Amino acid sequence: MLRGIAIAAVASAALFAGVALAANEAEPPEAYPFSFNGPLGSYDMAAVQRGFQVYSQVCSTCHSMEHLAYRNLGEPGGPFAEYRVRNHETGEMEARVGLPAGEHGEYVDVVNNPYVRAIAAGFQVPDIDEATGEATQRPARISDHFRKPFANEFAARAANNGALPPDLSVITSAREGGAAYVRSLLLGYTGEQRGMQYVNNHFAGRLISMPPPLAADGLVTYSDGTPSTREQMATDVASYLQWAADPHMEERKAMGVQVLAFLLVLSGLLYLAYKAVWRGQSH
Amino acid sequence: MSGPSTYEPKSGFTRWLDRRLPILRLSHDSFVAFPTPRNINYWWTFGAMLSLCLVVQIVSGIVLAMHYQPNIHDAFASVQRIQRDVPYGWLIQGIHAVGASMFFLAAYVHMFRGLYYGSYKAPREVLWILGCLIYALMIATGFLGYTLPWGQMSFWGATVITNILGAIPFVGESIQVWIRGGGAIDQPTLNRFFSLHYLLPFVIAGVVVLHVWALHEVGQNNPTGVEPKTKDDTVPFTPYATIKDLFATSLFMLLFAVFVFFMPRALGDPANFIPANPVQTPNEIFPEWYLLPFYAILRAFDFNIGPIDSRTAGVLAMFASIGVLFILPWLDTSRVRSMRYRPAAKQFFFIFVVVAILLGWCGHQNPGTTLAKGGQFSATLNWVTGGQSATSQIVAPSAPEFQATSDAAEAQARAQGAAMTSVTREGSVRATLIAVTGGTRQTHTFTADNADDLEAQITAAKAHIGGSAPFVQVIRNTPFLFTVTRFAQLLTFYYFLFFLVILPILGLRETPNRVPDTIAKPVLGETQGAS
Repeated sequence: MLRGIAIAAVASAALFAGVALAANEAEPPEAYPFSFNGPLGSYDMAAVQRGFQVYSQVCSTCHSMEHLAYRNLGEPGGPFAEYRVRNHETGEMEARVGLPAGEHGEYVDVVNNPYVRAIAAGFQVPDIDEATGEATQRPARISDHFRKPFANEFAARAANNGALPPDLSVITSAREGGAAYVRSLLLGYTGEQRGMQYVNNHFAGRLISMPPPLAADGLVTYSDGTPSTREQMATDVASYLQWAADPHMEERKAMGVQVLAFLLVLSGLLYLAYKAVWRGQSH
Repeated sequence: MSGPSTYEPKSGFTRWLDRRLPILRLSHDSFVAFPTPRNINYWWTFGAMLSLCLVVQIVSGIVLAMHYQPNIHDAFASVQRIQRDVPYGWLIQGIHAVGASMFFLAAYVHMFRGLYYGSYKAPREVLWILGCLIYALMIATGFLGYTLPWGQMSFWGATVITNILGAIPFVGESIQVWIRGGGAIDQPTLNRFFSLHYLLPFVIAGVVVLHVWALHEVGQNNPTGVEPKTKDDTVPFTPYATIKDLFATSLFMLLFAVFVFFMPRALGDPANFIPANPVQTPNEIFPEWYLLPFYAILRAFDFNIGPIDSRTAGVLAMFASIGVLFILPWLDTSRVRSMRYRPAAKQFFFIFVVVAILLGWCGHQNPGTTLAKGGQFSATLNWVTGGQSATSQIVAPSAPEFQATSDAAEAQARAQGAAMTSVTREGSVRATLIAVTGGTRQTHTFTADNADDLEAQITAAKAHIGGSAPFVQVIRNTPFLFTVTRFAQLLTFYYFLFFLVILPILGLRETPNRVPDTIAKPVLGETQGAS
């Protein structure tokens, strides 16, 4: 009898604790003031460059970006595009990589861009040896698409406990919340693990197959000396992925301002013309 | 309406041409001299915007077709190539994708305008029907185009819509296979969708010519719904209507540009940036915003109507919701055109507009989402701890008698002192009966805000009770739930009520306002409409 009452009491207590377990809907992404937010925002090219470093050293172990080629990095608006900028003190033309917003310089065609060439050469891509017809590996050229970490979907699943790491070319367009979602997801791990899955509050269902990719500070040593905290790496790689998904954003917004200005003036003139034509006509 | 031609060729060449191909005369009579009511307002400028949209879609589409590859392995990548590598491809693709939405936006305003001012009434029935035909072709073209990027929504949208066609009585399955080019959405589907998506805009252009021809035969309606009586009631199309259309179209282009340059992806679904995957259904499948009201009508039918199953009923209702527009000229019995003079009809019309928008909202919700509920979810758990349980088999003589047999067995066990009984059915006639005698009967009731929370509580409670009781009896109470589907059913009901009951009856019963005397006379001096 006493045992029965005790069980009933425990059961009742558990009922009210049980509610929290049921909530497995993802938390909305944390808002972050990215430089590219808003109608006039532009990319922070230093962040995009650092983000590319995070992608190359961490993400690219599992995630492809098949729609990007190395040359994209050095095309106008790309993070490693080279510009000739006049040094105001010496009057000399100097090379600048990734033009900061608001500065002007003369674009150097990507085929003459040593930085992009060096980045590409650092990756081995599969090819066919023309002398033997055998499969071989060679350093990438700037025209090559990004090296894929796995030969095919089966290899990717086999290496990842059956989960398929999605291609990241347009990931910020393909997820509700965009770059803020990617950033939140990378920082959303609670540290708990359930079998081969990890608890992540920003992932649908809160269980994700991807092990925490940015588990510790200092995972990447930034070449520009920025301290690589987890937050910094997550923000940078989200900026890079946003650029990768929308490489023409700056050009698009700049043209948009001109088009809107033109249309506003045109509308004003057409309104005046309309008034002039209809003057004296009752309607 | 157009009257005798006032075109006078000015030069030798135009005189020569006019006797051989009077195309300049046709243009002059249609777009220059065409008499336009003075009092038409800005709601009459959307025809010009629609012409612009059609031209923009055809021109941008032709350029895209030069770069797009209708192949299931390459289509997604070719769209990415257009976005990234084709010079100004991002702009052309953006204009085409946003343009589809702008096209429908303008079409909806144009249609509501026609509805409000009675532009479908004699002698404009054919004009209206041609417009409905253009709208139906636009829906088909928009749907086909959305398939081409071959993203997840493209693929699964195509799957859902072709499944819908399969529900058409008698011929559905044949049509479904014929349209898909096989049993499932695959390469043949994409190929023919691309071909048809390229074809239909030119069919639309052809019907637009008929639409404009019919318009120039019967003349434009106007906000009063009273035909112009004298030449003084009208102005020549050029420059008066032309300049007003240009001004309004310029404002429309401003909105167009805001979307193209500052939020090109706001109108699409993020899931369409995931390449099509035939083995992974997305959590939610939605068409583009302009088809959502019809999607809501389709999904509102979650019940069978006599011999018609729910799926067929939904499909028929969806087609009927567009089809009813074609017969509207004969459904509205009122002889007064403009709702400006129909106070009752005006109110029903504005309710209709709100209903149409709410249907669109429903189309983008999960149909099971609860909007309001009549009470709390609750469950009562009964169990016995510390008793003796006895298991026995029940075998009923036949399946229809099973319930009676099991009820009798339970009653007998209870009569013999069992505190609780449980029957687990194991086939059509067999079941296991567990009867618990003695022990302590426990009970607990709990409430929750939704079914998931309730189930979580039940699971947690069962885990805690565990092995101490042979079984736990769960009695669930679900309150009345007002779901999105119920809401969509109400809205669908009004949608059809408006066309099939309100307009026919109201036209016979209502007392319209008196049309002001000024309108019965030449309209000079009257100050209605825009200025």
